[in-house]
Amino acid sequence: MSLLHSLTQRDRVFDFMAPQASPVDVRHGPILYMEDVTVSFDGFKAINNLNLTINDGELRCIIGPNGAGKTTMMDIITGKTRPNSGSVWFGSRHNLLHMNEPDIASLGIGRKFQKPTVFEALSVFENLELAMAADKRIFPTLTARMTGEIKDRIDEVLETIGLTALRHQPAGILSHGQKQWLEIGMLLMQRPRLLLVDEPVAGMTEQEMERTAELLTGLAGKQSVVVVEHDMGFVRSIARQVTVLHQGSVLAEGTMDQVSNDPKVIEVYLGADDEEAA
Amino acid sequence: MSLTTESSTNFWLTRPFSERSTQIFLGVLIAALALVTLLHVAVPADNPLHIGAYTVNLFGKYLSYALLAVAVDLVWGYLGILSLGHGAFFAIGGYAMGMYLMRQIGDRGTYGNPVLPDFMVFLNWDSLPWFWHGFDMAWFAFAMVLLAPGLLALVFGFLAFRSRVTGVYLSIITQALTFALMLAFFRNEMGFGGNNGLTDFREIVGFDLRSDATRLGLFLATGVALALGFILCRAIVTSKLGRVSVATRDAEARTRFLGYRVERFQLFVFVVSAMLAGLAGALYVPQVGIINPSEFSPIFSIEIVLWVALGGRATLYGAVIGAILVNYAKTIFTGVMPDAWLFALGAMFVLVTVFLPKGVAGLFRYFKRRKRDDTATSDPNADPNSTPKEASA
Ligand SMILES: Nc1ncnc2c1ncn2[C@@H]1O[C@H](COP(=O)(O)OP(=O)(O)OP(=O)(O)O)[C@@H](O)[C@H]1O
Ligand SMILES: [Mg+2]
Repeated sequence: MSLLHSLTQRDRVFDFMAPQASPVDVRHGPILYMEDVTVSFDGFKAINNLNLTINDGELRCIIGPNGAGKTTMMDIITGKTRPNSGSVWFGSRHNLLHMNEPDIASLGIGRKFQKPTVFEALSVFENLELAMAADKRIFPTLTARMTGEIKDRIDEVLETIGLTALRHQPAGILSHGQKQWLEIGMLLMQRPRLLLVDEPVAGMTEQEMERTAELLTGLAGKQSVVVVEHDMGFVRSIARQVTVLHQGSVLAEGTMDQVSNDPKVIEVYLGADDEEAA
Repeated sequence: MSLTTESSTNFWLTRPFSERSTQIFLGVLIAALALVTLLHVAVPADNPLHIGAYTVNLFGKYLSYALLAVAVDLVWGYLGILSLGHGAFFAIGGYAMGMYLMRQIGDRGTYGNPVLPDFMVFLNWDSLPWFWHGFDMAWFAFAMVLLAPGLLALVFGFLAFRSRVTGVYLSIITQALTFALMLAFFRNEMGFGGNNGLTDFREIVGFDLRSDATRLGLFLATGVALALGFILCRAIVTSKLGRVSVATRDAEARTRFLGYRVERFQLFVFVVSAMLAGLAGALYVPQVGIINPSEFSPIFSIEIVLWVALGGRATLYGAVIGAILVNYAKTIFTGVMPDAWLFALGAMFVLVTVFLPKGVAGLFRYFKRRKRDDTATSDPNADPNSTPKEASA
């Protein structure tokens, strides 16, 4: 009876109708599913029979030596690179290989690039404004109005990424770390279901790294987050589940302790890392 | 820029009116139009302050160039598309107007044919080509002034942006476009008067083109068109669409990842710009009394870009200043040493890029910023392209 009542309430906004809710269907399993994906560039297999599954709300770290194919994997998920074979599904309904970049973005997959790219001539506020989930066709964009609701949303994200004081500054003057946060903020404006974050702490100070770790762990649960990172200390500080990529396929998967004790991993990656450190 | 973004004025077309720079621009433009009118009409001809019909006509020509420059700045300054073919849209708008003016001649031409323009009679044509129909009606011709360049830009832009042609390659194909059109319009068989073009106009919507009053009217109409075009462009660049354009200019792939269909935005702005260029051409033609294929020449399109660069890119008012200054200089120079003009233009360009990399408008903004730094108040129209040295972190 109460269900009937709630259904007939006129002012109720159903979850599936709310504009920010992406239509991804995760009732039957993972939010991202990659199976037997292969990509070759002029015969060189950058991704080789890759299988990867990300669960809804998970925070997953992907590690692997240079050239392991981490960035290429993100290119495939976001539609920038088309694989030669294999399948990539977002939830159980959307075949990402049949979609283009803007469609994939509006479906709820956000990406932070390895090199931070913010719009330098625009202010921090405007960067977030453009990133916001909204009707992105031409005329709605031309006539878009700045409402209190939008402002609140931007303020909220500014708060989360700690750039409130710099809101009116052109993004070009931000420090490297601040640009990385702005990028993460831009992702959050899209209310993505899945965040792909490529090397978020490269070039950051210890302090900035700590803040970033807080930021990312705070996001997991609400969103699924995939982080590619080289910095082992950072990965250890945020990771629950780690995937090791090597030569375009998964070498090992598990908790940080499991993978760091895996002899194969030690050989190709951590070992090399230790040697460097030694 | 950000304060405009967050401002309460929210209807996109009226947003420019709350900008200081637009208010100043419109104020100066209206004052200039009023002053010229006054000095032309109210001051007797023997007074040194009197402005003659010839000068009014010349100013009208500058204003149409200014509108053309605004159109180019819209795509170059804000969208990052360096069009070296905007002369083509200008010329097509001019031809549409020229065709209307030709048909207005009626049977008063040398051959006295009531329907066919003189050049067609001369070529022994016995009927009007299909695309000349309708141009006897002002409303149709004036619509074509916007629609013909708009359509060309739509088709050209659709093909170019869809295949993601940008940067130097796009600039080169815009040059090729205008060059190809020039060659085509030179041919008599095209039906646009060949290398003589269209000329010997008599009247426009019933007004004698040779009368001083009509010239003043055309000058004022061009001023109004410039004001409206400027407001439209400002409305576009201060809208969210304008910020998407700037984002596209600076990081196209990133903009695409945010979910904007970049090629459609490029196409939209490009078509609007082409239509404004067409309007500028249509206002230019009755004032100079002729349109011929030389307006399609690649050099002319490059000159337009130089006006914008000299005035200062991505401000819109800089384009107006650049167009007027350069063309004023050109008038003077070609009077004294016609052969040296291109060298002078080149020298001017080099000097400005070295000493004023942001053009004349950059000077204004430099002084404005100095003043602001002195008073230490924040400025709503802060230079979007500048990189302030002090990061207030
Ligand atoms: N467009 C391309 N054309 C040719 N080869 C490419 C292309 N993109 C990537 N590669 C190659 O594919 C391999 C995987 O590259 P990728 O950028 O995915 O590595 P990565 O794991 O992100 O490395 P890093 O840790 O250095 O960022 C590399 O050897 C790279 O040279
Ligand atoms: Mg990489």
